[in-house]
Amino acid sequence: MGAVAHETHHGHDHHEENFVSKYIFSQDHKMIGKQFLITAIFMGLIAMMLSIFFRIQLAWPGESSDILNVFLGDRWAPNGVLNESMYLGLVTIHGTIMVFFVLTGGLSGTFSNLLIPLQIGARDMASGFLNMLSFWLFAMSSLVMVSSLFVESGPAMAGWTIYPPLSALPQAVSGSGLGMTLWLISMTLFIASSLIGSLNYIVTILNLRTKGMSMTRLPLTIWAFFVTAVLGVLSFPVLLSASLLLLMDRSMGTSFYLSEIIVGGEMLDNVGGSPILYQHLFWFLGHPEVYIVLLPALGLSSEIIATNSRKPIFGYRAMIGSILAIGFLSFIVWGHHMFVTGMSPFLGSVFVFTTLLIAIPSAVKVFNYLTTLWKGTIVFTPAMLFAIGLVSTFITGGVTGIILADSALDIAVHDTYFVVAHFHIVMGMSAIFGMFAGIYHWFPKMYGRMMNMRLGYVHFWITIVGAYGVFFPMHFVGLAGAPRRYYDYSVYESFNMDSYNMMMDLNVIITVFAIIAAFGQIAFLFNFFYSIFRGQKAPMNPWNSNTLEWTTPVEHIHGNWPGEIPEVHRWPYDYSKPGAEEDFIPQTVPVKEGEEEH
Amino acid sequence: MGTKLIILLVIILGVVAIAQLVRVNELTAKHTGKNEEDVPLRDKVFNANMMLLNMIVFYAFFIWLMLRFGYTGLGPAASTHGIETDWLLNLNFVIIIAVFFLTNTLLFVFAWKYVKKPGRKAFFYPHNNKLEMIWTVIPAAVLAVIIILGLRSWNSITAPATEEYENVEIFSYQFGWTARYAGVDNILGDFDYRLTTANNQYGIKTTSNIEDAIHMMRVGGPGEEGIEMLEGILNDRTRVLSADQRKSFKTDLARKQRMIRSLEQMKLTHNDSLNSYANNDIVVPDSLVLLKGQNYNFSFRAKDVIHSAYFPHFRAQMNTVPGMTTYFKFQPIYSTVEMRELMNNDEFEYILMCNKICGGSHYKMKMAVRVLGPEDYLNWQKTRLTYDGSPWLSFSDAERAVEEAKLLDKYREIAQSVEQN
Repeated sequence: MGAVAHETHHGHDHHEENFVSKYIFSQDHKMIGKQFLITAIFMGLIAMMLSIFFRIQLAWPGESSDILNVFLGDRWAPNGVLNESMYLGLVTIHGTIMVFFVLTGGLSGTFSNLLIPLQIGARDMASGFLNMLSFWLFAMSSLVMVSSLFVESGPAMAGWTIYPPLSALPQAVSGSGLGMTLWLISMTLFIASSLIGSLNYIVTILNLRTKGMSMTRLPLTIWAFFVTAVLGVLSFPVLLSASLLLLMDRSMGTSFYLSEIIVGGEMLDNVGGSPILYQHLFWFLGHPEVYIVLLPALGLSSEIIATNSRKPIFGYRAMIGSILAIGFLSFIVWGHHMFVTGMSPFLGSVFVFTTLLIAIPSAVKVFNYLTTLWKGTIVFTPAMLFAIGLVSTFITGGVTGIILADSALDIAVHDTYFVVAHFHIVMGMSAIFGMFAGIYHWFPKMYGRMMNMRLGYVHFWITIVGAYGVFFPMHFVGLAGAPRRYYDYSVYESFNMDSYNMMMDLNVIITVFAIIAAFGQIAFLFNFFYSIFRGQKAPMNPWNSNTLEWTTPVEHIHGNWPGEIPEVHRWPYDYSKPGAEEDFIPQTVPVKEGEEEH
Repeated sequence: MGTKLIILLVIILGVVAIAQLVRVNELTAKHTGKNEEDVPLRDKVFNANMMLLNMIVFYAFFIWLMLRFGYTGLGPAASTHGIETDWLLNLNFVIIIAVFFLTNTLLFVFAWKYVKKPGRKAFFYPHNNKLEMIWTVIPAAVLAVIIILGLRSWNSITAPATEEYENVEIFSYQFGWTARYAGVDNILGDFDYRLTTANNQYGIKTTSNIEDAIHMMRVGGPGEEGIEMLEGILNDRTRVLSADQRKSFKTDLARKQRMIRSLEQMKLTHNDSLNSYANNDIVVPDSLVLLKGQNYNFSFRAKDVIHSAYFPHFRAQMNTVPGMTTYFKFQPIYSTVEMRELMNNDEFEYILMCNKICGGSHYKMKMAVRVLGPEDYLNWQKTRLTYDGSPWLSFSDAERAVEEAKLLDKYREIAQSVEQN
């Protein structure tokens, strides 16, 4: 079928749509993108609230807090003091929701859906139905994950990596009962959603590009989404099999991950299994997952930085090469999460080598961003602010990766707050900044209205100050020897008050910044929902951008373009090209005689 | 209740305030005909200046953190390999902090300097192969150095222990630690988790422990039904059992029958001569006591879930995994007393804590570690009994003084060996 069939089908007739087919079971990629976004925003709010709860405990351990009591009740916060098992539950669900539901489902789901057809010049995704299915599986999986918070024995409490045996044994921690079952069900749905989505993205990008849109004329966003989807398709099934084996260990008496265990006074007869096997399977997904989160954010910011610097992205082909290199390397570095598990030291050395190699394409990307800004004429839209913020966090969080990738040094800082600082900055902040940048930039395309610019500024400046204020001091907490996932640091109180005081001081600073950053998000939420209904009507091409999505009408129509799909004649980065009248030349403009194409 | 009300009020007022601000903004925009997509020069300049200000504040924050908390509070590395780790860590920090300042400065300064102003055009500069080559090759070269130095340390840290290392086993469980010393033969007695009973918490394998475990399986113990009792319950026609109870008793019985068969096999293959390896081991449940300068080869076991033995002051860490023994070796170089002086803290103790999420009380799972000088260590040794109840150092009265003096000399030599370095 492909593009031609789509064209004849959708080009002219606009069949009437009712409320359900337009807003709920929509098969239109633009609507599905928005559905992903709104779901992710709600999930993000929940995860952020959970983090505030455990941050309160970390800064003021054992002190009564009304907020905790109101939200967690007498069961999990008696007298306003957080229960120590629930602390682990909060940490686990915060991580799970942020990594999978906000930064994978939310980021890829929103922007791959919205932008792939629009930027490659397609009427819709290859399969609208599968696309719809992908969203509804995601929605169901979100629902199951959130519902696990309300289970009597508590949500999963084994950390977002759910290492067995802890996650396999309800005797070991109460969250490994029904809470963990729900976690596994939710993730199974999530993985199904992600696979269906990713396959759809890959097929669409490869087959439905408009005339003239060669692979080397694709915007970098599309390249990033493409590699992200490939990573997802290759790695998520491994997590699925890891979860299935865990499910069998939990309920069918198998011993994939269990061996020689006595728990709660009960001697289990499982022998021969290996908990390390689970870790290998998990991180085979887990590390590509980092780039599944990061690449779309980098793709979005490439586009935003070029557009708002009014300059071509520097080193377009090197950028593509870097994306591909990062994608490939991400599959052979997973062992760096396991240097201290007792894995063969030789294998460890191999992973040190491959992991540090990733720094090279990452460095190339950073320098290319910097050169793109150099001698540009920068327009500070909120999207541009967040994109620049992303480059900063990508650097700041990235460099500490060099220490963690070095197995000899990892021994000293493994599983401390140093790691927490590293991945929250390089993956959490960067990806969230990329997501915000994307929302501000493409909001006019999503809702046909503009978001308020100045509220956007307020949002960005509070967020970057707040988020750096939260995560930067964590390096010092970690170097002071504070393990992660600790309910409090009283362990230091008895023998080293100096360390204890240091950790407490830092923890208070961090929590105060976290609360500030959380309040800063009100500026975004208000702006977002207000602008959907009352924002200023958007023009067709508000940012004077070259890419195809800005040639579609502001009012959404099924099929994207009212007439023929435009033909593409050039790459998307002809900004401020000498000899041109304006500082941008859309991709649809034919190359003039004597003009050099890049 | 009062605070709740205030919080609610603040949130409501905040929302109202923002709504009003936007309303004002909306009206002025309508009035002046300003479009949201056109960024006024004033806003651009404001954000450009904020970029620079943000950079300065960020750097100031970093420097303040460095000055205030940069000393980490952990003190100098207390192990031989730890010194190398710290050196390498510092080298890496110098490199990455330099990169951090360089690139962040370029970023924020460019963002500030190249703000769009009337009359300035952007420089069309799509690529430059030479430049790109430079910033591929330079990072690659720096990384090569980092990799080589890192792997050199890694190889020496993970190299197999030799005979001069003293073997100590660290046993982990929810939520505590136990140490077992290999004793005079420097060989740890074998263990098997199936031998775990109330009297044999660590599953140590000796003939009598095997017999105890078989006995336990057969007749049961406190809170635990044995096979005989389970069979009795299931065969008792007068006893009324629900289907669920019957099923759980049956499962339990089947499991115990499998266990007892494997225990019987173990008994057959176990040789009494192996008992001595275990019998001269020394179990110390509450603390880990080390001799300054001694090379230790730690083996780690876990009873229930994965834990991680984290010794922050020795820069050492290794996961403990059920069903698998893991190893880590290090040599302590400062006694606790010396470390107290170095850190200027009279209460300082070394510590072993759990660093892998393991359940609700994870954060309380710790064990004190004491590093003693030669005399103190010998005195401590004299107070400890082995697994079979004899003294660790069992010398005849006639030999005692001589042997102990010999040991003390040896320990002094060991302690001095790290002082010379």
